[in-house]
Amino acid sequence: MPESDLIELSFRLNGKVVSVAIAANELLIDVLRNRLDLKGTKRSCDVEVCGACTVLADGLPVSSCTTLALDVEGKSVLTIEGVASGGELSRVQQAFVDHGALQCGFCTPGMVLATTALFELNPAPSEADIRHFLRGNICRCTGYIKILEAVRSLA
Amino acid sequence: MLLPPFQHHRPSELAAAHELMARFGDEAAAYAGGTEILLAMKARVLRYAHLIDLKYIISLDGIRQDGGVIVIGALTSHFRLATDPLIKRLVPAYAALSDGIANIRVRVAGTLGGNLCFAEPHADPPALLAALGASVTLRSAETTRTVPVAAFIEGEFTTVRRDDELLTEIRIPIPGAGERFCYRSFGHLERPAVGIAAGCTAHDGSFRYRAWAGAIAGRPIRLDTLEAALNGVPPAELMDVLPKASVEAAATLPAQDDLHGSADYKQHLAAVFMRRAVAEAAGVPIEERADA
Repeated sequence: MPESDLIELSFRLNGKVVSVAIAANELLIDVLRNRLDLKGTKRSCDVEVCGACTVLADGLPVSSCTTLALDVEGKSVLTIEGVASGGELSRVQQAFVDHGALQCGFCTPGMVLATTALFELNPAPSEADIRHFLRGNICRCTGYIKILEAVRSLA
Repeated sequence: MLLPPFQHHRPSELAAAHELMARFGDEAAAYAGGTEILLAMKARVLRYAHLIDLKYIISLDGIRQDGGVIVIGALTSHFRLATDPLIKRLVPAYAALSDGIANIRVRVAGTLGGNLCFAEPHADPPALLAALGASVTLRSAETTRTVPVAAFIEGEFTTVRRDDELLTEIRIPIPGAGERFCYRSFGHLERPAVGIAAGCTAHDGSFRYRAWAGAIAGRPIRLDTLEAALNGVPPAELMDVLPKASVEAAATLPAQDDLHGSADYKQHLAAVFMRRAVAEAAGVPIEERADA
């Protein structure tokens, strides 16, 4: 692809403004993983069903596997690498650790980000609220019980 | 999966979008939330050399009340519709439907205008919008027309929208004080196998019902035999009529075996949801047996 077809994309990534030259057809997940070397965002189903690639755009969950990178122009994007601060796990991450809410860990970045968004939108979610919000994040190891225990402990 | 290359256009005015559509014709598609079109392009089912991104046309976004009508801009996301105070107050059944679409990420990105234009038959919005008597506004560079949602979708992935037209807004008549609606759907995948929308209107002590089946055919189907069986029946007597009428109406539906279930399974679901949706719209609490 000729350089002239590249688009200069600027957005806030984990609190810092970044600019990167991308092609129109680049997906957000590939820009994060390959151009910006943030490998915490995982590709799995590739069709917006599993939630492994979840990142937050302006605080709301999106599937980075099916989001054009150019659509986050001017937005604030949070990936799993930006969740901890100053070497301290976030309260959501700490709850997942404390409750053993992960096994292989492949779904965990998406789970943590979806849970982070849930508590931003609803600081005191009910059991039904939690299950409804996390319905689109699939875990093939834990059977969900420990994930729900971790999330419930924060409500 | 990678997307094939394309050129991206970002008009900020509707006129500029129309001009781009005219210039590129079949080579271009309108693009908004991307929840449908990007999947189809990744799978190489659809190919476009140009995507015309409508998201910077701010006149296409937002929700407002215009007299007795709620006007929803085509770019309005399902998440916004699920959480908007005006929708929750005036059309709570539609807010509830929006909250049940796919998953939170699809609701955040996906737009109502895009959902209707893509016309995937296994979608929630069309049946309830048809029951509500909603319409869509289609604008070309020169013309504007209004089409009922029930007539807008012709069949699977097919609408009456012309290539030079864009869907700009969805108009829902605000239900009256004596009108209540309900939508019930189920699918074991992210999309509904069957969805039933029902309405009940009380007027001077008489009761009229509306019911539509979604996802079971290429377009929403009006359940006129169910409506005819129910019209005039007061809620207190509804359960004398509704269970049998639901089963009879479901048996006539053109259900087909597919990934979402067998034809008889879908007809069974349709009968169950007719019973639940109509009963709820009429304000009748029903107890469901586990095997019902």
